Amino acid sequence: MYKRMLVLRFPPQITDQPLVCTLTREFDLCFNILKAEILPGQEGIMVLEVSGHKKNVTDGLRFLRDVGVKIKSVEQEIRRNDDMCIQCGACTGICPTNALTLDRDTMEVIFDPKQCKGCELCVAVCPVRAMEIRFSKETVLL
Amino acid sequence: MGRHQVSKTYREINEKIKAGRAVVVTAQEMIGIVREKGEVEAAKKVDVVTTGTFSPMCSSGAFINFGHSVPGIKASQVWLNGVPAYAGLAAVDLYIGATEPKQDDPLNRVYPGEFLYGGGHVIHDLVSNKPVHLSALAYGTHCYPRKKLEKRVVLKDLPFAQLCNPRNCYQNYNCAVNVTGKTIYTYMGTLKPRMGNANYCTSGQLNPLFNDPYYKTMGIGTRIFLGGGVGYIVSPGTQHNPDVDRNERGIPKRPAGTLMVLGDLKKMHPRYLAGVSLLGYGCSLAVGLGVPIPVLNEEMAYYTGVSDEDIVTQVVDYGKDYPKGDARPLAEVTYAQLRSGNIEIGGKKITTAPLSSYSRALEIANLLKKWIEQGQFLLSEPQDLISGPEKT
Repeated sequence: MYKRMLVLRFPPQITDQPLVCTLTREFDLCFNILKAEILPGQEGIMVLEVSGHKKNVTDGLRFLRDVGVKIKSVEQEIRRNDDMCIQCGACTGICPTNALTLDRDTMEVIFDPKQCKGCELCVAVCPVRAMEIRFSKETVLL
Repeated sequence: MGRHQVSKTYREINEKIKAGRAVVVTAQEMIGIVREKGEVEAAKKVDVVTTGTFSPMCSSGAFINFGHSVPGIKASQVWLNGVPAYAGLAAVDLYIGATEPKQDDPLNRVYPGEFLYGGGHVIHDLVSNKPVHLSALAYGTHCYPRKKLEKRVVLKDLPFAQLCNPRNCYQNYNCAVNVTGKTIYTYMGTLKPRMGNANYCTSGQLNPLFNDPYYKTMGIGTRIFLGGGVGYIVSPGTQHNPDVDRNERGIPKRPAGTLMVLGDLKKMHPRYLAGVSLLGYGCSLAVGLGVPIPVLNEEMAYYTGVSDEDIVTQVVDYGKDYPKGDARPLAEVTYAQLRSGNIEIGGKKITTAPLSSYSRALEIANLLKKWIEQGQFLLSEPQDLISGPEKT
């Protein structure tokens, strides 16, 4: 099972079309809407988890792009609040993709957003909740 | 040990500190000095070794007096930002404990509980100068007729606020793994099934009690770095247990000594006193603590020259063994191995992760070094030493 967490932005002219359901009807994908704000005549925003065969996910996302939806992966939305991080390293044992590692010389915790796949395991494991998922519209629209 | 070749007193070291001539190094720097010069030369050269640790330390809390109101109240129940505090002390005295969750916290009913706010967070908010909501209930007396009080308090306006931690600064701690088939949530963090990770929790060679394993310089009245301010060792901490197996250097191989410490909360800093939430376990407080160790003789130089290679701990299964009260070790590992990023148990390579921040522990040791070098912080000779093992 291949899974992606995405932020979709719908241009105002297509917010009246049923697009997300097409992912299921034509591409055999499952979706879970985590957040949505779609209003007529305005840009719409949706945070969506899509799962299915990798090829189907790729095809489904191509369909969305072709009709004008802008797609951004959610992994870019997981951030570390550096002011809150206490540099303990609890997250490094749990991160499956080595996005969170320790510099063995300084023992500082390094966060490499490029390696992050957005699994969110670190979010609840962090004792000071320094790892943040930014699903809010303000952040997504930045 | 008999007579020493080098012998200094606290007073001599303090005179050097006042004159700006004291040689102060961190416990990390001391390792190389002792290796290179030997204990005697190191003891001649170095006057003070600074240590540090920064990690969640349960058994922490603060005594607070919130001042009399008009009309007065003899508070019998008090909450700070919704977190219950112990009010059975006096009319307006309370103790807020680090692990107390917010009154309406769902705890582990929503599993695994997040424990987002508790006593440790209240203390963190207070030292961050954030206003904290205090509510109090009372039964009312002739002298204190008020039955209910709601007010916002800010640390600087409180008549009295003292951090007083009954058990901090553990001398060694288990390395935790989970042999079961399910993820478990413990005070040692989240442990993945089938020994998917191994968590440990001391600052190793920087840890105060590894640098003075028999507590020869630490005792009642020892002035320390506590939470970014100045504090004191009050006594051995709760669960202080010096009589455990030790290696040839005298370093305990499993959890041993602890310290009870206190200090003026108003002079502390949120960088070194942070509320923490341990998933599925509870709330706590991460405490920054550093102890200066006077190099009174070559024996203390030897002890403070300890490095991660010399310190071992036990790997304990928190899935089945520990909950049954069986701390049977699965393996013994050194802190050098733990810090390398992985250990091997029964041919399986396991990723290690600390819950204790080495980098911030080093920052504390460096800060304390700076305070002493600048003459702002003098060493205090303990009135009584922390009790050591019965047979040394």
